[in-house]
Amino acid sequence: MEAVVSFFSPIYILMLAAILGYEIIGKVPVILHTPLMSGTNFVHGIVLVGAMVALGQAETPLEQAIGFLAVLLGAGNAVGGYFVTERMLEMFKSSKGQEK
Amino acid sequence: MGYLIETIYFLTAVVFIVGLKRMSHPTTARSGIVWAGYGMVLATLFSFAHPQIQAGPGNYFLMVVAIAIGGVIAWYGAKKVEMTAMPQMIAIYNGMGGGAAAAIAAVELLKDHGGGGPETHVLIMAVAGALIGAVAFSGSVVAFGKLQELKFFKDDAKFRFTGQQKVNAAIFGAAVVLGLVIALSHSSNGALISVFFLLALAFGAMMALPIGGADMPVVISLFNAFTGLAVALEGFVLGNSAMIIAGIIVGSSGTLLTLMMAKAMNRSVSNVLFSNWAALGSGEAQAVTGSLKSMEPPDAAIQMAYASKVIIVPGYGMAVAQAQHKIWEMCKLLIERDVDVKFAIHPVAGRMPGHMNVLLAEAGVPYDLIFDMDEINEEFSTADVALVIGANDVVNPAARTDKSSPIYGMPILNVDYAKNVQVIKRGKGVGFAGIENALFFADNTRMVYGDAQKVTAGLIQGIKDLG
Repeated sequence: MEAVVSFFSPIYILMLAAILGYEIIGKVPVILHTPLMSGTNFVHGIVLVGAMVALGQAETPLEQAIGFLAVLLGAGNAVGGYFVTERMLEMFKSSKGQEK
Repeated sequence: MGYLIETIYFLTAVVFIVGLKRMSHPTTARSGIVWAGYGMVLATLFSFAHPQIQAGPGNYFLMVVAIAIGGVIAWYGAKKVEMTAMPQMIAIYNGMGGGAAAAIAAVELLKDHGGGGPETHVLIMAVAGALIGAVAFSGSVVAFGKLQELKFFKDDAKFRFTGQQKVNAAIFGAAVVLGLVIALSHSSNGALISVFFLLALAFGAMMALPIGGADMPVVISLFNAFTGLAVALEGFVLGNSAMIIAGIIVGSSGTLLTLMMAKAMNRSVSNVLFSNWAALGSGEAQAVTGSLKSMEPPDAAIQMAYASKVIIVPGYGMAVAQAQHKIWEMCKLLIERDVDVKFAIHPVAGRMPGHMNVLLAEAGVPYDLIFDMDEINEEFSTADVALVIGANDVVNPAARTDKSSPIYGMPILNVDYAKNVQVIKRGKGVGFAGIENALFFADNTRMVYGDAQKVTAGLIQGIKDLG
């Protein structure tokens, strides 16, 4: 039974997360599409933590090299995604001065 | 330690969701990315203590070096880039994420399982993630090259050949078969895995190469969704819940965004990927009658200055000329003269949905002057002047009337219903779709030829001269 639960729980996570992603973007005004696309681009920068684990487990030089590349690319995704998104969103201001 | 990491990852997932939710509203958007940023920092710092990391200090050193190099380059690139170049920056950072996911898969696959190791379904997910991630990587690099207008990618036609789709399908099929062989046999054969990755990378590049610049936003958005999916799949492989949740959310929201973008262009996603404009359009488009009538900036300025309502329609031409600051300067002069100024944004104006909004926001245009197509389309009939700046296909009335036109059926801005239409345009060339624009020949249309920034400077001078 336990094996069945542990097999299915990721599938539940998958389903709920998929619905969530759909819901979040479904109500977005067009003006925020590019920033939000950039924002989701940043969010999958979480691949960095997986890359760190992969490098941490690497034993041979080849594995280390590929793991190194993974961390480098993942860090680029996360950092670049963040600053591009931040720069875009920083510019959204209302003429009524209602920031935040 | 395992419980601590899982708690941190859980918190990260929550913070990401809250962050994305906040990013989906203009007033809270700025704080949304900051929230998500904290989540990322938290997850990264605690991952140094991840229980699955068992190797020596050498690997920790490599981790820090890799984060420093990747982070600094990306930080520098993101800070320095022009706002108009944002779409290709998103493409390249997205590609990096896909590449990282593929590289994680490579490390996992190359481990010597001795026929045992992870269960087969885990290896299948690793291979699937590797394939999708590698496609997103090479495809995004090509997309970047095209939008950056690197010379090699300039000519779309040179990458089109007969039987292309069959070749692509064969490459894809070979990659899938090889991937299955690797997963089912629990193989860690380096040569086999290398060929698999080469095929996947080749497929991604081949898929993106023949696609024209106008369709690139849809493709970038699709690759963004791909990367999300690849990250989620590798998350399953590593048993990393933060990667699973974040990856799936990006995968599903990215897919929806891709569909919305394609819909706004009146094309299906498969249409974007597997055909091109040349192959579209069943017959000759209707010949456009009438003549082009031009107008000088001072006259255009007078027309706007004495109007009571002006609607501005920006397009990619504004982005190329970096004219957004001048345009806002001009609008402020008009607003001082009690002219009602509004901006109308077509969903696919520019190179990405919202691209125009970002540029206008950069210039300081308040977002409550900026309207979506649905909100403003009724108002064109009450406008004295519609000013089209570097937009073409999105204002072409042929989309409403001409069934043989390739853009027939695409929703357009009803610019031609305005009393007067002014079109700022660099030359007499056609738009992305490669078709003549009937709007330019209409009786109420005047063409103002020239670079958008210079023309707008002329308009500003014209309005100032009126005192």
